[in-house]
Amino acid sequence: MTSEIYTLTVNGNDCQVIDGHPSESLLWVLRERLELSGSKNACEEGECGSCTVLLDGEIVCSCLVLAASAVGREITTIEGLGSGKEISDVQKAFVEAGAVQCGFCTPGLLVTIDQLLNTNPDPDELVVREAISGNLCRCTGYGRILEAVRIASNNRTAQNEEEKSK
Amino acid sequence: MGVIIAKSVNEACAVLAENPATTVLAGGTDLMVQANRGAQSLESVLDLSRIPELKKWALEGSEIVLGAGISYKDLADPQIAALVPALTQAARTVGSPQIRNAGTLGGNLATASPAGDTIPVLVAMDAVLQLKSSTENREVEITEFITGVKTNALKPGEIIQSITVPVFRGPQEFLKVGTRNAMVISVVSLALVTDYLGRKLRVGVGSVSPVPFRATAAEEFISQEFDWETNSALSEKVINKFSELVADSTKPIDDHRGTADYRKHAVGVLAKRALERVCAGERS
Repeated sequence: MTSEIYTLTVNGNDCQVIDGHPSESLLWVLRERLELSGSKNACEEGECGSCTVLLDGEIVCSCLVLAASAVGREITTIEGLGSGKEISDVQKAFVEAGAVQCGFCTPGLLVTIDQLLNTNPDPDELVVREAISGNLCRCTGYGRILEAVRIASNNRTAQNEEEKSK
Repeated sequence: MGVIIAKSVNEACAVLAENPATTVLAGGTDLMVQANRGAQSLESVLDLSRIPELKKWALEGSEIVLGAGISYKDLADPQIAALVPALTQAARTVGSPQIRNAGTLGGNLATASPAGDTIPVLVAMDAVLQLKSSTENREVEITEFITGVKTNALKPGEIIQSITVPVFRGPQEFLKVGTRNAMVISVVSLALVTDYLGRKLRVGVGSVSPVPFRATAAEEFISQEFDWETNSALSEKVINKFSELVADSTKPIDDHRGTADYRKHAVGVLAKRALERVCAGERS
């Protein structure tokens, strides 16, 4: 398979990339070619996590993924969280806790935390801290972000219990 | 020719045989940093990340054979951790969850950084690499494979297929110094591996020389002094001598992550700490 024209599966949609150069990162293609600018570009070396996306369900830095090598994989970006115009429960928790200041790290953190809660709905604080260790925030500090995770986790746990008792 | 996603080792070797200048991509955590900076232009790329046989591992007799495509996250598998605990410890200190999901054992070796986290462990355990091209299979000891700062013994057309590591009986430790617990390129690292059957303590050190290496003088000293019957605590004098011998074996440099003096001091501290932990560890 060569990369002159290739198709990426982003948030369930097949997106054709035309005239891509083999060097392009997934982050660059998402932002510049597919106009999905939710994933942020800061360090371009995997340090900051602001470009975090899911690749086949696992979090990765999209700046470190060669775009043309992601053909045939399920890519989920921040735009794929929530349903339609409704924001996700983690996004709502961020708003409630005031976990957003400049907002640059927020998309990456949301993808990371959503994935964490999908695999572990009730993580203790140490697990949360390790899970977000690859996402840097330079504004709020991590207090309110941890608070948002707690809110989202409590809501999911309560919802799960409600569903069980039905 | 763009990007080729290989589905098997044989296909990958055939692609490389035809075009040996092709850039090989594993997890991308080093290569893409270079590409993003414009330091490396990727005209033709061979992606190894979707070859199932490179992600497998198996216990064969007294050795574990690890596919080169195993990610750092996969190295945290409890079954692997039980066999080569120091390797799992080292893998767990790499980068962040994002990096550990992508980066691979084979990539760490091919990159051959003096600070590669798995390398001191693999050096301490005398790991052997299985290399493959379309015409040849060969085995290379890890100390022969890493030839210098970020250089390796891969010939054109060759890829790393697997890494074979002996399984030793006894406690193991991997320790690393950095500015925080995550996202750290090691300033100093050290692996200590106990081999009860061979009555040998093995020490690998990283980030203190162009190539990670074994501190053999320190190994010989401590293997004599170690109480192989009861694994009881060692005297302070012996521990300090071991720490000194490890530090003396290193040739660190000053760089933006730390000074040579600091590294020499810190590697001695790690040696002492690892030894104390191994002595306190249970015999297995």
